[in-house]
Amino acid sequence: MLQDRAQSESGSFATRRTPEGGVIIELSGRWLLEEGAPTFASLERALKTGPSFAQVSYDTAHLEQWDSSVVSFLVQASEAFKLSKAAEDRSGLPAGLRRLVELAVAVPERSGAAQGPGTREALLARIGTSARALGKSIPESLAFVGRCAIASVKLLAGKARYRTEDLMIVIQQCGADAAGIVTLISFLVGAILAFMGAVQLSQFGASIYVADLVGIGMAREMGAMMTAIIMSGRTGAAFAAQLGSMKVSQEIDALTTMGISPFEFLVLPRMIALILMMPLLCAFSDVVGMLGGAAVGVGMLDVPFGSYYRETIHAVSLTNFMLGLGKSAVYGLLIAVAGCFYGFKCGSSSSAVGDAATGAVVAGIVMVVVACGIFAVIANVVGI
Amino acid sequence: MTEESHPASRPHITVRNLTMAFGSFVLMRDLNFVVSHGDVFIIMGGSGCGKSTLLRHLVGLIEPAKGEILYDGFNFTKAEPEERERLLRRFGILYQSGALFSSLTLIENVSLPLGEFTRLPSSQIREIAALKLALVGLKGFEDYYPNQISGGMQKRAGLARAMALDPEILFFDEPSAGLDPISSRLLDDLILELRESLGATVVVVTHELQSIFTIGNNSVFLDTETRTMIAQGDPKQLRDHCPDPKVRRFLTRGSEQPIAA
Repeated sequence: MLQDRAQSESGSFATRRTPEGGVIIELSGRWLLEEGAPTFASLERALKTGPSFAQVSYDTAHLEQWDSSVVSFLVQASEAFKLSKAAEDRSGLPAGLRRLVELAVAVPERSGAAQGPGTREALLARIGTSARALGKSIPESLAFVGRCAIASVKLLAGKARYRTEDLMIVIQQCGADAAGIVTLISFLVGAILAFMGAVQLSQFGASIYVADLVGIGMAREMGAMMTAIIMSGRTGAAFAAQLGSMKVSQEIDALTTMGISPFEFLVLPRMIALILMMPLLCAFSDVVGMLGGAAVGVGMLDVPFGSYYRETIHAVSLTNFMLGLGKSAVYGLLIAVAGCFYGFKCGSSSSAVGDAATGAVVAGIVMVVVACGIFAVIANVVGI
Repeated sequence: MTEESHPASRPHITVRNLTMAFGSFVLMRDLNFVVSHGDVFIIMGGSGCGKSTLLRHLVGLIEPAKGEILYDGFNFTKAEPEERERLLRRFGILYQSGALFSSLTLIENVSLPLGEFTRLPSSQIREIAALKLALVGLKGFEDYYPNQISGGMQKRAGLARAMALDPEILFFDEPSAGLDPISSRLLDDLILELRESLGATVVVVTHELQSIFTIGNNSVFLDTETRTMIAQGDPKQLRDHCPDPKVRRFLTRGSEQPIAA
């Protein structure tokens, strides 16, 4: 055996039984993390093969180099020996190693401190837990909506405290700054609508009705919808991240204790800005979308631009147009509330800010789509 | 402001049977203490024992699970929102990280409470805000944004904002955390100076022994194990004469205490 480990080799151990019913664990070679070292499980296997033992001691005459790998090995062993009530004699270990092991086993684990690496709960239990969490979040979000409502009433009464400069900055951020992306998306959506319609309509030689399809589609649904989705991803996420990081850095606490309501100071300007800017962006999106449709109509279907224009004017009623604008204002409110809600709910770490932004976008889009469905039903019932 | 630094007996803040809890987890129970006018009151205790949480209760950021907090005999816990806001305007709070509004310059930060709660013209607001910044040694940094200055300067700017409305009570959350010894010493001097000149009551959350002995004349000691306060009084007295060895150990940095009670 001695010959085997003549040259410096990677760490290994051997167990030797003594006549008195004890075990000597021999550690040898280089126990280094980067070279890999035996695991405690292998020692456990080795010890299980023999009879039970009452004493353990160590022999480290051939241990050349060691680092945390051997400490971890010995600490695990030590805990196992404690459980099996075997007397452990650490005098055979090098002094430094012995001190480290003793340091690690000195403080007993605080009861209840261990959280375990995610013990998987049963499916039913998980459903129950998330249902309860959902139940808890409903009053929370209702309280938020209520506070926003109170702040809005104060605004109408002219008593709300917010800075006009802040409002202007937010208006710029979620108005003019968003025009570029709204242009791009709306133009493409208009063009896509035209393509989809063209495939069917040209079979009947009714290509001109592409203008009706795109015009009504953009004005009534798609303009508001696409702007809302863009703004949810762009501005809703930004609101959540801004307010979330203000929460992390205690700026929201500072406002509260200054006697300034964060709902008036932070949420109101954002709500106002989005409610004002969304209809503007939506109207812009409608027009750009129709231009996109016209590009397809003129370029591919050989509809003269004049006819396309007249057909669009004829098809799109003011009701359709106003319905779209009205919806977009509501979408703006929903996006602002979702963004601010998740920002305020943000935990106090930097990863929580990311979660808040994600949550705000998801909730914003879901609410917008649900609201869109409700509007469709209402419009159908009312007959507009 | 008349010179009345040591009337010593008029209670400014009274905490009665305060229990702090998060859901069913009780952090501290049965806290009872009184802070007198002009005190520099230290809230001390080990890490994670709820010192900062107690401060957040005192300023109304967290509602107590039980008990009440009174300011000059006025029940803050049960107050209506408007009354509470009025009371809050008499507080100045310096948060651990400064909590400056990152989208505003230093002078805008200090001006904000002045603009919201006074009827001063904006030129005068700027003058007063500049004065407050000068008081904390930040003259010339008026138009800097918080992320352009160092952590210690952010804290001082936070202090300038806390002092904007000449508060009656100044709360400090770990003022010396993250500061070098000299800056933290300067901040201590500033706290004492402010107490003298403004006649304010000061409440400080800290576990910095040097600060505790330099500035504190009254204190409460929160203990994690028993989940309540185990000592109160002048920290220097507590260090030498507190019957509880845990408090003496804390105040002597763990070294043995020969003057056992």
